[in-house]
This record gives sequence, structure tokens and C-alpha cells, in this order.
Amino acid sequence: MNEDINNMSREDLMYKIQGINFSLIELALYLDTHPDDRRAIYFHNQKANELRMLTEYYQKLYGPLTIQYPCDKWRWLEQPWPWEKGGNCSCGCTKKS
Amino acid sequence: MWLYQKKLEYPIKIKNTNPRLAKFIISQYGGPDGELAASLRYLSQRFGMPEEKSKAILNDIGTEELAHLEMVGSIVHQLTDGVPAEELEKAGLGAYYTDHGVDVYPSSAAGVPFTAAYIACKGDPIANLQEDLAAEQKARATYEKLINLCADDPDVVDPLRFLREREVVHFQRFGEALNGVQEKLAQKRFYQGNIN
Repeated sequence: MNEDINNMSREDLMYKIQGINFSLIELALYLDTHPDDRRAIYFHNQKANELRMLTEYYQKLYGPLTIQYPCDKWRWLEQPWPWEKGGNCSCGCTKKS
Repeated sequence: MWLYQKKLEYPIKIKNTNPRLAKFIISQYGGPDGELAASLRYLSQRFGMPEEKSKAILNDIGTEELAHLEMVGSIVHQLTDGVPAEELEKAGLGAYYTDHGVDVYPSSAAGVPFTAAYIACKGDPIANLQEDLAAEQKARATYEKLINLCADDPDVVDPLRFLREREVVHFQRFGEALNGVQEKLAQKRFYQGNIN
């Protein structure tokens, strides 16, 4: 996984984060009704670590994904919001800050 | 509490506006089987749920439904973004535009405003979970109708298919939760009686 994230556009990186985030949602719902499934817990741990690493990398480059990310200036307003077209697509917003 | 994440659960990238489709899709925002009703139903039923797995499943599916509410709102927004008033009117959104402009207002496809009467919280875990199973099937059926209506635009069908699949998974999880509640209620209960 590490081999390519350095060359990824903002859009591709976000897409990857969304994918891992979705795996965690799906695993969490499964684990709610199957809390003793060791294999599911193993996958959940793996995906949780992957998400933490990628989210940290994304936020360093493009700014906060939650209001809990510390910044030297208020960067929460900088990137487009998810419902806006620019929030999801390649509209020239792939520049690294 | 909740922590907002500045991303959608699944990407919405609609290239072409189409207010006619937005008029239908808004039903999954604020209609009878929409995502607002789903999230409020599950998140409200949590408080009286006596069984641990079911508490978790109501909490976590209710939370995912909030992410779906945001997705459906994004679809409606992108389908109508920048569309002039006369085109909105031609698509049957003239009355909507009069009262709500470019906001996404929770209402059904027929324009009925959202009401909490769409949801049930019966104060009974079996009745509530049966309600939730039915709600997931009704939402699945609605998404299938929307997919039929939107077949021309793959950018719209793609997220609708994702949302439809989530209803199927939620139905499965609510079924498992219901089994857990029934097992718990069937357990033998032992009381310390007054033995003479």
C-alpha cells in the first residue's frame, strides 16, 4: 500500500480513505452482532491502522477532516465541502498545500 | 455525540444537472422511507433497548443513516446546482423553488414535508426491531424505483445502488439483533422467592 500513496492525487487519496472507512463501517456492524468473531476483529484492526495512517497523511497535505485536527491557522474552511462538486472530484483542487 | 468528518461515505460526482430526477430522489431525504426517518427511528429507539448487541446496532446503523442523509442531500444539490428557475419550474419544482430556493428541504417526492409520524418508537424491543426490518425493505424498494427512474444517468444510479445495498445489509443485521433479543427474552429467569 505504501508504494503508491506519495504519487496519489487528492481525489485518489480521498477515494482510498473512503474505501477503508467503508470497510470499517461494514466490519463494525458485523461485529455488533458477532462480537466473538476473531477473524473479523483481525480485519478490523488492520483496516483501523491503515485508516489512521492514511488520514494523518491526508490531513498533513490537504488540511483537517475533523475539527479535532490541530492547525497553526484555521484551515477547516479551505477545502470544498463534501456535497459540493469540488469536494469529490478533480476540479484542479489536487494541488498540495 | 458525533464528530463530523469532512467526507462522504461514498463519492457523489454528478456531471449533468437534472432537476426532474432531484424531485424524485428528495423522497429518500425527507420522505416516508427516507434516510432522515431511518436515522431518527434507530437513534430514538436506542434509549429503551434492553439488549447489548441491539443497542450497538441501533446506534451504529442510525449513525450510518446520517451519512446516507448527507449523500442523498448531495445528489439533490448536485442535480439542481445552478439550474435556472424556469428550468426548475419545467421539471415540476416551481412550487419547491418558491418556498425553499436552492436549499434541500426534507420532503417526499410528492412535496409532503417530513413528519415524525413516519417513524415508530413503540417502547417494545420486538415491535421496534420488526418495524426496523420493514423500514429497511421499504427503503430498498424505494431505491429500486429510483434506479428505474434514473436509468439514463450512471452518475446517479451508482450511488443509488450503493445505498440500496446498504439497506440489504442493515436488514440482515437487524434480523440478527432480533434473534438476540428473542433469545434473551426466552432465557429462564430465577427469582429469590420467599421459601418457607
